[in-house]
Amino acid sequence: MDQGLKSELQKQGVFTTTLEELYNWGRKNSVWPLGFGLACCAIEMIAASMSRWDLARFGAEVFRPSPRQADLMIVAGTVTKKMAPQVVRLYNQMPEPKYVIAMGACAISGGPFKQGYNVLKGIDRFIPVDVHIPGCPPRPEALLHAFMTLQEKIDQQQLTGAGRARHLNADKPSEFPVPEFGEHDLQPPNNPAVWRAPVLKRQG
Amino acid sequence: MSDYLPVVILAVAAIGFAVTPLALARLWANKFSPKKPGEDKNATYECGLESKGDAWIQFKSEYYLYAIIFLIFDVETIFLLPFAVAFTGLSAFAFVEMMIFVFMLVAGLVWAWQKGVLTWK
Repeated sequence: MDQGLKSELQKQGVFTTTLEELYNWGRKNSVWPLGFGLACCAIEMIAASMSRWDLARFGAEVFRPSPRQADLMIVAGTVTKKMAPQVVRLYNQMPEPKYVIAMGACAISGGPFKQGYNVLKGIDRFIPVDVHIPGCPPRPEALLHAFMTLQEKIDQQQLTGAGRARHLNADKPSEFPVPEFGEHDLQPPNNPAVWRAPVLKRQG
Repeated sequence: MSDYLPVVILAVAAIGFAVTPLALARLWANKFSPKKPGEDKNATYECGLESKGDAWIQFKSEYYLYAIIFLIFDVETIFLLPFAVAFTGLSAFAFVEMMIFVFMLVAGLVWAWQKGVLTWK
Protein backbone atom coordinates (compact mmCIF):
# COMPACT_ATOMS: atom_id res chain seq x y z
CA MET A 1 0.00 0.00 0.00
CA ASP A 2 1.09 3.50 -0.80
CA GLN A 3 2.59 5.31 2.20
CA GLY A 4 0.71 8.56 1.47
CA LEU A 5 -2.66 6.81 1.32
CA LYS A 6 -1.80 4.94 4.47
CA SER A 7 -1.05 8.08 6.49
CA GLU A 8 -4.15 9.75 5.01
CA LEU A 9 -6.29 6.84 6.16
CA GLN A 10 -4.62 6.93 9.57
CA LYS A 11 -5.66 10.58 9.98
CA GLN A 12 -9.23 9.47 9.37
CA GLY A 13 -8.91 6.82 12.04
CA VAL A 14 -8.43 3.83 9.72
CA PHE A 15 -5.40 1.76 10.59
CA THR A 16 -4.02 -0.39 7.81
CA THR A 17 -1.16 -2.81 7.92
CA THR A 18 0.36 -5.77 6.10
CA LEU A 19 1.14 -9.27 7.28
CA GLU A 20 4.81 -8.51 6.78
CA GLU A 21 4.68 -5.43 8.98
CA LEU A 22 2.84 -7.28 11.74
CA TYR A 23 5.27 -10.18 11.54
CA ASN A 24 8.34 -7.95 11.71
CA TRP A 25 6.82 -5.79 14.43
CA GLY A 26 6.26 -8.84 16.57
CA ARG A 27 9.70 -10.26 15.92
CA LYS A 28 11.66 -7.09 16.48
CA ASN A 29 10.04 -6.52 19.85
CA SER A 30 10.68 -9.99 21.22
CA VAL A 31 14.30 -10.71 20.43
CA TRP A 32 15.61 -13.07 23.07
CA PRO A 33 19.37 -13.03 23.47
CA LEU A 34 21.46 -16.02 24.38
CA GLY A 35 22.89 -15.71 27.89
CA PHE A 36 26.44 -15.97 26.74
CA GLY A 37 29.47 -13.87 27.56
CA LEU A 38 33.11 -14.43 26.70
CA ALA A 39 35.01 -11.62 28.39
CA CYS A 40 34.70 -8.15 29.91
CA CYS A 41 32.11 -7.00 27.32
CA ALA A 42 29.72 -9.43 28.97
CA ILE A 43 29.79 -7.23 32.09
CA GLU A 44 28.51 -4.32 30.00
CA MET A 45 25.92 -6.63 28.44
CA ILE A 46 24.75 -7.63 31.92
CA ALA A 47 24.62 -3.97 32.94
CA ALA A 48 22.52 -3.20 29.85
CA SER A 49 20.02 -5.85 30.88
CA MET A 50 19.72 -4.53 34.43
CA SER A 51 17.48 -1.76 35.73
CA ARG A 52 19.69 1.21 34.95
CA TRP A 53 19.79 0.69 31.16
CA ASP A 54 16.91 -1.76 31.07
CA LEU A 55 17.09 -3.81 27.89
CA ALA A 56 13.56 -4.97 28.78
CA ARG A 57 12.25 -1.80 27.13
CA PHE A 58 13.08 -3.47 23.83
CA GLY A 59 11.51 -6.79 24.76
CA ALA A 60 14.93 -8.37 25.04
CA GLU A 61 15.38 -8.94 28.75
CA VAL A 62 14.80 -12.69 28.50
CA PHE A 63 18.35 -14.01 28.34
CA ARG A 64 17.95 -17.67 27.49
CA PRO A 65 20.35 -20.25 28.90
CA SER A 66 19.75 -22.53 25.91
CA PRO A 67 20.46 -21.78 22.25
CA ARG A 68 17.24 -23.60 21.37
CA GLN A 69 15.20 -20.70 22.74
CA ALA A 70 17.36 -17.77 21.69
CA ASP A 71 17.02 -15.45 18.67
CA LEU A 72 20.09 -13.31 19.14
CA MET A 73 23.68 -14.13 19.92
CA ILE A 74 25.61 -11.25 21.46
CA VAL A 75 29.24 -12.21 20.99
CA ALA A 76 30.49 -10.25 23.98
CA GLY A 77 34.23 -10.51 24.27
CA THR A 78 37.43 -12.02 22.95
CA VAL A 79 36.88 -15.15 20.91
CA THR A 80 39.90 -17.37 21.38
CA LYS A 81 40.65 -19.97 18.76
CA LYS A 82 39.86 -22.65 21.28
CA MET A 83 36.44 -21.12 21.94
CA ALA A 84 35.50 -20.37 18.31
CA PRO A 85 34.22 -23.89 17.44
CA GLN A 86 31.91 -23.77 20.46
CA VAL A 87 30.61 -20.32 19.50
CA VAL A 88 29.85 -21.47 15.95
CA ARG A 89 28.21 -24.65 17.22
CA LEU A 90 26.00 -22.67 19.62
CA TYR A 91 25.03 -20.41 16.73
CA ASN A 92 24.17 -23.46 14.64
CA GLN A 93 21.97 -24.76 17.40
CA MET A 94 19.87 -21.62 17.52
CA PRO A 95 16.61 -21.88 15.59
CA GLU A 96 15.91 -19.50 12.71
CA PRO A 97 15.40 -16.55 12.58
CA LYS A 98 18.67 -15.77 14.33
CA TYR A 99 20.85 -12.71 14.54
CA VAL A 100 24.33 -11.89 15.76
CA ILE A 101 25.67 -8.74 17.39
CA ALA A 102 29.48 -8.67 17.55
CA MET A 103 30.08 -6.58 20.67
CA GLY A 104 33.38 -4.85 21.23
CA ALA A 105 36.74 -4.55 19.52
CA CYS A 106 37.68 -8.19 20.19
CA ALA A 107 34.57 -9.73 18.72
CA ILE A 108 34.75 -7.61 15.58
CA SER A 109 38.49 -7.77 14.91
CA GLY A 110 40.50 -9.30 17.72
CA GLY A 111 40.90 -5.87 19.34
CA PRO A 112 43.93 -5.31 21.58
CA PHE A 113 44.73 -9.02 21.33
CA LYS A 114 44.77 -9.04 17.53
CA GLN A 115 48.47 -9.96 17.42
CA GLY A 116 47.94 -12.85 19.80
CA TYR A 117 48.54 -16.30 18.37
CA ASN A 118 45.43 -17.69 20.03
CA VAL A 119 42.86 -15.00 19.26
CA LEU A 120 40.34 -15.14 16.45
CA LYS A 121 40.43 -11.88 14.50
CA GLY A 122 36.69 -11.35 14.44
CA ILE A 123 33.79 -13.75 14.75
CA ASP A 124 32.51 -12.58 11.35
CA ARG A 125 35.07 -14.97 9.83
CA PHE A 126 32.77 -17.85 10.67
CA ILE A 127 29.21 -16.63 11.22
CA PRO A 128 27.25 -13.81 9.55
CA VAL A 129 27.25 -10.81 11.88
CA ASP A 130 24.33 -8.38 11.66
CA VAL A 131 25.60 -5.51 13.79
CA HIS A 132 29.18 -4.66 14.79
CA ILE A 133 29.78 -2.42 17.81
CA PRO A 134 33.22 -0.89 18.34
CA GLY A 135 34.50 -0.04 21.79
CA CYS A 136 36.66 -1.62 24.43
CA PRO A 137 34.31 -2.40 26.02
CA PRO A 138 31.35 -0.59 24.44
CA ARG A 139 29.14 1.12 26.98
CA PRO A 140 25.60 -0.21 27.51
CA GLU A 141 24.31 2.73 25.44
CA ALA A 142 26.30 1.39 22.50
CA LEU A 143 24.70 -2.00 22.95
CA LEU A 144 21.28 -0.36 23.07
CA HIS A 145 22.11 1.44 19.85
CA ALA A 146 23.18 -1.82 18.26
CA PHE A 147 19.93 -3.29 19.43
CA MET A 148 17.88 -0.54 17.86
CA THR A 149 19.88 -0.94 14.66
CA LEU A 150 19.06 -4.64 14.69
CA GLN A 151 15.39 -3.83 15.25
CA GLU A 152 15.45 -1.56 12.20
CA LYS A 153 17.11 -4.32 10.23
CA ILE A 154 14.45 -6.84 11.29
CA ASP A 155 11.77 -4.32 10.38
CA GLN A 156 13.17 -4.06 6.84
CA GLN A 157 13.15 -7.79 6.19
CA GLN A 158 10.82 -9.04 3.48
CA LEU A 159 8.40 -11.89 3.93
CA THR A 160 8.25 -12.99 0.31
CA GLY A 161 10.11 -12.47 -2.94
CA ALA A 162 13.72 -12.97 -3.93
CA GLY A 163 15.01 -10.58 -1.27
CA ARG A 164 13.23 -12.32 1.59
CA ALA A 165 14.93 -12.94 4.89
CA ARG A 166 17.37 -15.83 5.17
CA HIS A 167 15.22 -17.92 7.46
CA LEU A 168 12.35 -17.80 4.95
CA ASN A 169 14.54 -19.02 2.10
CA ALA A 170 14.91 -22.80 1.94
CA ASP A 171 18.04 -22.55 -0.20
CA LYS A 172 20.05 -20.49 2.25
CA PRO A 173 21.91 -22.32 5.00
CA SER A 174 20.90 -22.29 8.63
CA GLU A 175 24.07 -23.97 9.85
CA PHE A 176 27.62 -22.87 9.18
CA PRO A 177 30.64 -25.18 9.15
CA VAL A 178 32.21 -25.55 12.57
CA PRO A 179 36.00 -25.03 12.43
CA GLU A 180 38.30 -27.49 14.11
CA PHE A 181 40.94 -26.51 16.62
CA GLY A 182 44.01 -27.57 14.66
CA GLU A 183 47.69 -27.72 15.48
CA HIS A 184 48.54 -24.19 14.36
CA ASP A 185 45.26 -22.49 13.54
CA LEU A 186 41.59 -23.16 13.15
CA GLN A 187 40.82 -25.49 10.25
CA PRO A 188 39.64 -23.80 8.07
CA PRO A 189 40.88 -20.37 9.29
CA ASN A 190 37.71 -18.72 7.96
CA ASN A 191 34.49 -19.57 6.19
CA PRO A 192 34.88 -18.21 2.62
CA ALA A 193 31.10 -18.16 2.18
CA VAL A 194 30.86 -15.58 4.96
CA TRP A 195 34.18 -13.73 4.97
CA ARG A 196 37.05 -13.17 2.59
CA ALA A 197 40.36 -11.55 3.32
CA PRO A 198 40.39 -7.95 2.04
CA VAL A 199 42.33 -7.49 -1.17
CA LEU A 200 45.10 -4.90 -1.11
CA LYS A 201 44.78 -2.44 -3.96
CA ARG A 202 47.92 -0.51 -4.84
CA GLN A 203 47.72 2.61 -6.91
CA GLY A 204 49.99 3.36 -9.85
CA MET B 1 -27.71 -31.15 32.53
CA SER B 2 -27.90 -27.49 31.57
CA ASP B 3 -26.01 -26.72 34.79
CA TYR B 4 -22.89 -28.05 33.13
CA LEU B 5 -23.24 -25.93 29.99
CA PRO B 6 -20.95 -23.13 31.29
CA VAL B 7 -18.29 -25.74 32.05
CA VAL B 8 -18.50 -27.08 28.51
CA ILE B 9 -18.30 -23.57 27.07
CA LEU B 10 -15.30 -22.80 29.27
CA ALA B 11 -13.60 -26.05 28.25
CA VAL B 12 -14.12 -25.34 24.55
CA ALA B 13 -12.84 -21.78 24.96
CA ALA B 14 -9.80 -22.98 26.92
CA ILE B 15 -8.91 -25.63 24.36
CA GLY B 16 -9.40 -23.13 21.55
CA PHE B 17 -7.22 -20.62 23.35
CA ALA B 18 -4.42 -23.16 23.54
CA VAL B 19 -4.79 -24.82 20.15
CA THR B 20 -5.44 -21.77 17.95
CA PRO B 21 -2.00 -20.12 18.34
CA LEU B 22 -0.29 -23.48 17.82
CA ALA B 23 -2.34 -24.14 14.69
CA LEU B 24 -1.65 -20.63 13.40
CA ALA B 25 2.07 -21.06 14.01
CA ARG B 26 2.00 -24.37 12.15
CA LEU B 27 0.12 -22.85 9.23
CA TRP B 28 2.56 -19.95 9.14
CA ALA B 29 5.51 -22.33 9.14
CA ASN B 30 4.02 -24.35 6.29
CA LYS B 31 3.33 -21.24 4.24
CA PHE B 32 6.43 -19.15 4.85
CA SER B 33 9.33 -20.54 6.83
CA PRO B 34 10.89 -23.79 5.64
CA LYS B 35 12.28 -26.34 8.07
CA LYS B 36 16.03 -26.31 8.35
CA PRO B 37 17.23 -29.19 10.44
CA GLY B 38 20.94 -29.88 10.71
CA GLU B 39 23.51 -32.00 12.42
CA ASP B 40 24.31 -29.47 15.15
CA LYS B 41 20.73 -28.35 15.59
CA ASN B 42 19.53 -31.90 16.12
CA ALA B 43 22.31 -32.70 18.56
CA THR B 44 21.18 -33.85 21.98
CA TYR B 45 23.25 -31.48 24.06
CA GLU B 46 23.33 -27.73 23.76
CA CYS B 47 26.41 -26.61 25.68
CA GLY B 48 28.48 -25.98 22.54
CA LEU B 49 30.79 -28.92 23.10
CA GLU B 50 30.45 -32.15 21.22
CA SER B 51 29.39 -35.02 23.42
CA LYS B 52 31.97 -37.76 23.75
CA GLY B 53 31.61 -41.40 24.70
CA ASP B 54 28.60 -43.35 25.78
CA ALA B 55 25.82 -42.14 28.06
CA TRP B 56 25.44 -45.66 29.50
CA ILE B 57 28.24 -45.47 32.03
CA GLN B 58 28.31 -47.26 35.38
CA PHE B 59 28.17 -45.25 38.55
CA LYS B 60 30.10 -46.35 41.59
CA SER B 61 27.79 -47.75 44.25
CA GLU B 62 30.13 -46.94 47.13
CA TYR B 63 28.01 -44.06 48.34
CA TYR B 64 25.78 -46.56 50.16
CA LEU B 65 28.31 -46.43 53.02
CA TYR B 66 27.66 -42.73 53.48
CA ALA B 67 23.94 -43.42 53.38
CA ILE B 68 24.20 -46.02 56.16
CA ILE B 69 26.37 -43.86 58.40
CA PHE B 70 24.13 -40.85 57.79
CA LEU B 71 21.14 -42.91 58.91
CA ILE B 72 22.93 -44.07 62.06
CA PHE B 73 24.24 -40.74 63.26
CA ASP B 74 21.72 -38.28 61.91
CA VAL B 75 18.31 -39.86 61.42
CA GLU B 76 18.59 -41.96 64.56
CA THR B 77 19.22 -38.84 66.65
CA ILE B 78 16.02 -37.29 65.35
CA PHE B 79 14.05 -40.33 66.42
CA LEU B 80 15.86 -40.79 69.73
CA LEU B 81 15.01 -37.32 71.02
CA PRO B 82 11.19 -37.69 71.01
CA PHE B 83 11.70 -41.26 72.21
CA ALA B 84 13.60 -40.01 75.26
CA VAL B 85 11.06 -37.28 75.98
CA ALA B 86 8.08 -39.66 75.84
CA PHE B 87 9.95 -42.54 77.49
CA THR B 88 8.09 -42.70 80.80
CA GLY B 89 4.68 -42.71 79.18
CA LEU B 90 5.43 -45.41 76.62
CA SER B 91 3.75 -48.79 76.50
CA ALA B 92 5.84 -51.97 76.49
CA PHE B 93 4.92 -52.61 72.86
CA ALA B 94 6.17 -49.19 71.74
CA PHE B 95 9.37 -49.69 73.76
CA VAL B 96 10.10 -53.04 72.07
CA GLU B 97 9.35 -51.59 68.67
CA MET B 98 11.74 -48.70 69.26
CA MET B 99 14.41 -51.10 70.47
CA ILE B 100 14.10 -53.12 67.25
CA PHE B 101 14.57 -49.92 65.26
CA VAL B 102 17.64 -48.92 67.27
CA PHE B 103 19.03 -52.44 67.05
CA MET B 104 18.78 -52.40 63.27
CA LEU B 105 20.77 -49.20 63.06
CA VAL B 106 23.31 -50.41 65.63
CA ALA B 107 23.77 -53.54 63.55
CA GLY B 108 24.59 -51.25 60.64
CA LEU B 109 27.12 -49.42 62.80
CA VAL B 110 28.74 -52.69 63.86
CA TRP B 111 28.93 -53.79 60.27
CA ALA B 112 30.47 -50.51 59.13
CA TRP B 113 32.92 -50.62 62.04
CA GLN B 114 34.01 -54.13 61.12
CA LYS B 115 34.46 -53.08 57.53
CA GLY B 116 36.88 -50.39 58.73
CA VAL B 117 34.86 -47.45 57.38
CA LEU B 118 35.28 -45.50 60.61
CA THR B 119 39.08 -45.62 60.44
CA TRP B 120 40.70 -42.59 58.83
CA LYS B 121 43.27 -43.71 56.29
